[in-house]
Amino acid sequence: MTTAVSILPEQQLAVLNAAYRQAVARRRLRLLFGAAIFAAALALAAIGAEVNLRTLFTHFGNFISYFDRILTLDSGQRVWTDVGEWLWGWRKWLKMLGETLLISYVGTLIGATLAFCLNFFAAENTSPAPWLRFTVRRLLEFARTVPGIVFALVFVIAFGLGPMAGVLAIAIHSTGALGKLFSEIVENADMKPVEGIRSTGASWLACMRFAVVPQVTAGYASYALLRFEINVREASVMGFVGAGGIGQELVVAIRKFYYSDVSAILLTIIVTVFIIDITTGWLRGRLFGKEART
Amino acid sequence: MTPHEVDPRELRARYPDVFDRPASARLAMPAMIVAAFAILIYGLVDLDFSPSRFFAGLSQLGWITLMMIPPDPGSSLPVYLKALGETLSIAVLGTTLAAMFALPVSLLAARNVVPSSILRFPVRRVLDSIRGVDTLIWALVWINVVGLGPFAGVLAIAVADFGAFGKLFSEAIEGADRKQVEGIRASGGSALHEIRFGLLPQVLPVIAGQVLYFIESNTRSATIIGIVGAGGIGLQLAEQIRVLEWQKVSFLILMILVAVAAIDFISSKLRFAIIGKRAVA
Repeated sequence: MTTAVSILPEQQLAVLNAAYRQAVARRRLRLLFGAAIFAAALALAAIGAEVNLRTLFTHFGNFISYFDRILTLDSGQRVWTDVGEWLWGWRKWLKMLGETLLISYVGTLIGATLAFCLNFFAAENTSPAPWLRFTVRRLLEFARTVPGIVFALVFVIAFGLGPMAGVLAIAIHSTGALGKLFSEIVENADMKPVEGIRSTGASWLACMRFAVVPQVTAGYASYALLRFEINVREASVMGFVGAGGIGQELVVAIRKFYYSDVSAILLTIIVTVFIIDITTGWLRGRLFGKEART
Repeated sequence: MTPHEVDPRELRARYPDVFDRPASARLAMPAMIVAAFAILIYGLVDLDFSPSRFFAGLSQLGWITLMMIPPDPGSSLPVYLKALGETLSIAVLGTTLAAMFALPVSLLAARNVVPSSILRFPVRRVLDSIRGVDTLIWALVWINVVGLGPFAGVLAIAVADFGAFGKLFSEAIEGADRKQVEGIRASGGSALHEIRFGLLPQVLPVIAGQVLYFIESNTRSATIIGIVGAGGIGLQLAEQIRVLEWQKVSFLILMILVAVAAIDFISSKLRFAIIGKRAVA
């Protein structure tokens, strides 16, 4: 079989080849330069973080054997050979898990409500005054940037030990995160209905209620569900600082080396997170499905 | 011209969906709201909320806020700066480690690389389980292994992100264009060639963007893993909160805010440079 590939004349080819090589060489140089900077940053970071590979290698066996130990009962058997003994505290743990879920539920709902009230002031297109938008945005930024567990640490001192501090910490953090997302939805909303309602002489509040809210509720619900999912994880560690939930049990088990309890509690947490993920995923699918149909 | 007169009954007959929705559809929304609030009330009661406790705490919080002003590091500014550097190091190193280990594994979890679901399924479940465990829990586990200090923090972030990256990368790989891969195969490339020259050039910019984004968000995570003893500024913060040195606490919080804002700024600039303005999610 013959092939007809046209080959350029020698001189033309040489010029093209040279230009190509030059371009590639320049790109390589830039890549190399970037990689060198990155490597230098990593080396610096390794020194800063006191990375000691010797420690890692000498103790890495510990990491593996840690999982071996948490999967072994006191009697020396594997945990799954005696599930009743492994999950001996399931009543208590289920109760704590329920508390964890409640903390994240109440926290998410309070946070979503606050974010709902605030986001119209933070959105570019609906905010009544620039200074108001600036203030609300900075407030939300603050609530979002300070980690939830730091709020929990402070709230534990102010409100006392217990789930109340956890709920409030999660609520504030969710307000910040959801407020930003909500206001972005509002910024993407169609402004024609707002103009329509405004032209009938409606107040700002009526414009929001009848023109903006109907457009954005599905998006809000979807983000709030996503946040709930994240908050379940967050609530599971709130107990580390005494703010309620299953974290309390877990930290005690880890610190006191109750090995099989650690794996049992981790298992219950992972299973719960799975179930919540799947349920909210399904719910969000239904919400968006509904949206698509209308 | 007079407005067009319409008979409401006629409208009703013409649009039954709008006027005569079935009772189930009309009741669904209020029922959901009532249920949501019922659970809320139950939760408030079960979690020991009481107005008196709430307002007592609020006034306490007011006092704390007053005592935070003005923020003042005292004489420990160098210590705090060092801790902040440690936090940034933890974030950068942990994320990089996670990305390095997650890339090969994510190939195994991607549908267009590994078609057999028997192999893919366990990889995905392992990644899911790793993601189900919070960074703080990993930090506690690693402290048991390598001892207190920032190194445990690096490893905790690396493990927690490994799960997240595995999922995100494999999604990026699944979203890649099939045509380049087919082109490589047509010219006689092996499976590894397909990945190297067909998939990676498409996927790497997306992955780089995600890694930068995670460095950003891990700066936040790295500030808190110190609370359980895994190094960084969180350790200082938790200590100062426990001894009620509120001026130092507010200074530390300000430091964290400034650092996070700076990292946000730098990484968004870098992300734009790497993947162009429109692709940034």
